[in-house]
Order: sequence, then structure tokens, then C-alpha cells
Amino acid sequence: MGKVMVTTVDASEVAKFEAMAAEWWDPNGKFKPLHMMNPVRLDYITTQIAGEFDRDLNHEKPFEGLRILDIGCGGGLLCEPMARLGAQVIGVDAAGGNIPVAAAHAAQSGLAIDYRHTTAEDMAAAGEQFDVVINMEVVEHVADPQAYLTACQQLLKPGGLHLCSTINRNPKSFAVAIVGAEVIMRWLPKGTHEWAKFITPDELYGLITTAGLTPVDRKGYVFNPITWKWSISDRDLSVNYVTAAVKPS
Amino acid sequence: MNSDLIIVGGGLNGPALALAAAQVGLSSTVIDSLPVDTREDLDFDGRSYALAQSSKRMLAALGLWGDLAQNAQEMTEIKVSDGRVGDASVFLGLHFDSAEIEEGPMGYMLEDRYLRRALLAAMEAEPRVTHRAGETVVAQDCDIHLATVSLASGETLSARLLIGADGRSSGTCARAGIRRTGWSYGQTALVCAIAHEKPHGGVAHQLFLPPGPLAILPLTGNRSSIVWSEKDAQARAVNALPEEEYLQVLRPRFGDFLGDISLAGQRYAYPLNLTLANSFVAPRMALIGDAAHGMHPIAGQGLNAGLRDVAALAHVIAHAVRRGEDFASPLVLERYQSWRRWDTASLAAATDLFNRLFSNDSSLLRLGRDLGMAVIGSMPGLRRGFIREAAGLTGDLPDLMRK
Repeated sequence: MGKVMVTTVDASEVAKFEAMAAEWWDPNGKFKPLHMMNPVRLDYITTQIAGEFDRDLNHEKPFEGLRILDIGCGGGLLCEPMARLGAQVIGVDAAGGNIPVAAAHAAQSGLAIDYRHTTAEDMAAAGEQFDVVINMEVVEHVADPQAYLTACQQLLKPGGLHLCSTINRNPKSFAVAIVGAEVIMRWLPKGTHEWAKFITPDELYGLITTAGLTPVDRKGYVFNPITWKWSISDRDLSVNYVTAAVKPS
Repeated sequence: MNSDLIIVGGGLNGPALALAAAQVGLSSTVIDSLPVDTREDLDFDGRSYALAQSSKRMLAALGLWGDLAQNAQEMTEIKVSDGRVGDASVFLGLHFDSAEIEEGPMGYMLEDRYLRRALLAAMEAEPRVTHRAGETVVAQDCDIHLATVSLASGETLSARLLIGADGRSSGTCARAGIRRTGWSYGQTALVCAIAHEKPHGGVAHQLFLPPGPLAILPLTGNRSSIVWSEKDAQARAVNALPEEEYLQVLRPRFGDFLGDISLAGQRYAYPLNLTLANSFVAPRMALIGDAAHGMHPIAGQGLNAGLRDVAALAHVIAHAVRRGEDFASPLVLERYQSWRRWDTASLAAATDLFNRLFSNDSSLLRLGRDLGMAVIGSMPGLRRGFIREAAGLTGDLPDLMRK
């Protein structure tokens, strides 16, 4: 009798997390802006990893043998593609509520991903190391970016790759990322971003370099309101942008 | 899981998608309700297709064009005219010449019999494609992770993505609970190959006659394919006539510009309707070709639109696979739908409008359409725009249709 009770509780918990996962993965749900941006994020990430580790993206599991950490994994929108490409993936999130949700979706997708409720600093203190650290749209939310990026550096094996994106700080980014995305489009809840915490590309390069990494590339993510699509730009880093850096061997 | 894709429909678009998917490493099971003998029978389907440049590029990318080229007729000019039955006196209308756009011919005429045989052979040779001929799907079930179909034989197959390529009355579409919008035209297209005395010079003719349009399309040799639309009852009556009497009805419509004419094969009749699926996708399922959009053959765009679906779907799938996405997720299928649904609906609307505008003898509409053609014909920019459109070179081209 008691055993049956326990099973029922577990099943309802799983169903709840699966429902929340369905929300994370609904293309027209509340994470729609993230889904619209995800293809260009993945294009950048996969191209950089393939380039750095000399992998052919036309192969079936091109990232086999690579250990990848995704910080701020959310529902697993980046972890799952990395796992599908053959990588061993650990996803961490400081928001503990995301962990069982992401795990439920990975199980439904038949993917083995290690999700943990922890922080980059704690992982670094535990001595964990990775070939790739994916650090997307996190640095503008942390209290001490320099300390945080130093922890990211410690999490990399020598020769490892650090991919970091954030939002530029200028009048345009205020208009687009705060007034546009939060107030007008309501893509993001009001107060998601604090403009003063946005970081310019040069500042980010400075922080990354001080952390002990060598910046190798930076690109802009540009949203075209006519085609309603994101694309990668070599020149326009005025709002969203992404950087790649390597840890010297 | 039996394969990555289950494709219901063994006509033209379904096999083309299976071959395109194989190129990105995905396996397909193609379920065809017809046995292979029927598809291999030369007389099974008498249609010919005006393949746009973009469609030819795609067939080349799939490795099919090498064998098809010898049976394809280049189409270098299109002449459009507004006429009356038995009155071939004046050529008043529009003239499109592919020399104006420097992209090669506007398109190629290819008979169904060659295309379907090339596709059958290519499926046979491709290890990633399993062809299940003579099998019918009786039930399907798509949840968010798996698509399952049951065959009449009692077998159950599952895949990551189910494709409905099963034509205008798509069972896959109906079983998914997707409703359709459309209507019958009350017209039937009579189709056959005609042999003629004089060479056609690669010129296609679109004649607008009050009962319905007549297209005369160049085939290899001194032959042309006709697509002759008539009101249903008239079409049935004409198609039932003996050969010589059939030709007697056709001659005043066809005219004598190619000399004397005779039949060069069997005659076929296809009822015409417009039918659009209200959605092209559902969880783990997508519709392509006529299953998504059946339209009037007036501009010869049905197969081109279907192949463009195939190319667009193969494109979004290939890119999704490369970036590690679940290629059959709603996120990815939505990209296909947003790429194709508006384009095909507007194409279907345009063919509907042209058919309505031209299939009548109102003198007011006649004046209007003749004026319209004169305006288009006198503006080179607009004219070249139409030629590029007909060649399928406008819009956002999928990878398989790029040079």
C-alpha cells in the first residue's frame, strides 16, 4: 500500500515536470524569444567548437569525446543539441527549479545529460574541468563578473574553449533590449535586465583576458524585424553579441 | 524505431524527400499504396511537368538529372494569348523569352513516366530508403516524441517524423485532424501527348479560351503535351469520343500553327479542384506537395511547388541536424511551415484568380485582361520578373535549389 502511494507521488511529480518542460520547449510559448534566437546561438557554438577541436559537423556524432559544461542551462535548450552531437554534457543552473524540468525533458528525448543545481564557482572549487564552457546570457546577471569569469577559466582544461554571450551597453541596447523586448514586445518580464550591468565588447574582452583566457572571436546577433529572424553579424555588435576565448595550453 | 522518417505516398514528392533526407544521413520508409508494377507501367500517368529551373537544379542535386536530361525538352519561350475557339487569326497577348534573363531556359518539359521511374530506381539504389509498395496506412498516432503508423497488413511502424505526401485527398492530413479549405472548379483537365508536323521550337503556349485554358507544352521530338481544361460534363463527353472525333474537337482550339496533329499516346482526365490544408504541420508530422496544397494546373506550378516544399523541408531538417536540434520537433517543423505556407497559399490564390479571370467570354473582362497583358508586355522589368518567377528563381531559395 505504502509503496503504491510513493509511486503515485513520483509519477505526479514527473508529470508536473514534464508539463513544465513542455512549456520550456513550446515554440510559441513564453520562451518564444529564446527559441527564435536559438538557431543562431547553436550555429555559432557548433561552428566554434568544430573549428577549435577540428571536428566535421557532417559526421554523425561530431562532438564525441568532448566534455561540455552549460552554465545557466534552463530547460536544456543548448544541452540537448550538444548531447545529440555526441558530447558528454553537464548542465548547471543556480535556479534549482529548472533542474528536474530539464532532466524530465532529456529523459523524454532519450538523452543522457547530467543536470545539477549548482554554480560555476562551486563547480570550480570542486575541481571539475571541461573542454568547453558555454556561458550564454549569464554574465550580465552576476554580482561580480570578474570573479565569475575567473571561475569559468578554472573550469576549462588547458586548450579549452569558452563561449560567452551578453548584451552591449549603449543607447541602442537600452532601446532594444529593455524598452523593446521588455516593455513593448513583452518578450521578457519587466526587470529581467538591468541596463547598467550590460557590458561592452571591449570591457568583456578585458574581463576575459584578466581571467586568464585569450579572446579569439566576437560576433553580433542581429534581429531583423522585417524577416523576423536572427542572424550572425561580423560588424554589428551593438546589442546582443557573443565571444569565443581559449585557455592557453 | 524503424526509420527516421515515414513517408506516406510514393508519387513524386515523397520519394524526392526520401532521397534528400538520405543525403543528410536520415533513413526513410516510403509507403506507397500502389504496387511497383503500376508505377513502372509507361501508361499509368499521362501527365507531363513544366519543371522550373529551380526544380531541375534540385533533381540534379539529388543525382537524377543525368538520366532525365535526354527525355527533357527545354522550354525557352512562353506565349500567352486570349482567344476564342476556332479563332486563331491574331496573336494578341504576352511573350516571355528566357533569353531575357540569362539563366538558361525557363524550364524543362518532362513526362511523368520518366520522372517516376528515375525516382523508383534511385530509391532502390539508396540504402537509407526502404520502399514499401502496395501497402496502405490505416491508422497513425503522433505524440510529442514518436510517430507510429499501422498498415492494412497489420504491421506497425514508427519513426521520428511522419510525412504526408499522399496527394489532394491526403489520409495523413485527415487522420491528423487537419481540416482543408477549397472548392471544385467544375472543370476537368484532359491531358495527352500530341504529335505534330512542324517543330515547336521549345515554345510553350497558354491559350485562354472561354470554357477553360489550353496549354500546349513542348515535349521531345515533334510532340507536345496538352492540358485542356473544359467544364466537367463537356470534358467527360469529349474524353469518351473516338480518337478522330476527339481530334476534331481539339483542332479549332489547338490551331494549325504546328501543322496537322494526331494523338501520340493515351488520353487522361483529371478533375480540377483547389484544396489547401489549414496547417502544414502537427506534432511529429508535416504535409508536402498536393497533400498540403492542390491547385489549378493553369500555370503548371503544382509539381514545382511540391518540390520546393521538399527542398525547404530538407533544408530546415539538414540545418537542424547539423546544429544538434531534434529535427522533427515542433520548433523545426514550424520553420518549414512559415517558409512554405504563405508562398503556396498565394500561388494557389493566383492560379484561382487567373482561371476565374480567363475562363469566361465577358467582353468587359476580355478588354481588361488584354489591356493587362499589353501593360505587362510593354514593361521589361515586370516581364523579366514574371520570367524569373516562372523559372522559380525568386524568393528565398532552399540549399537544394541553389546553383
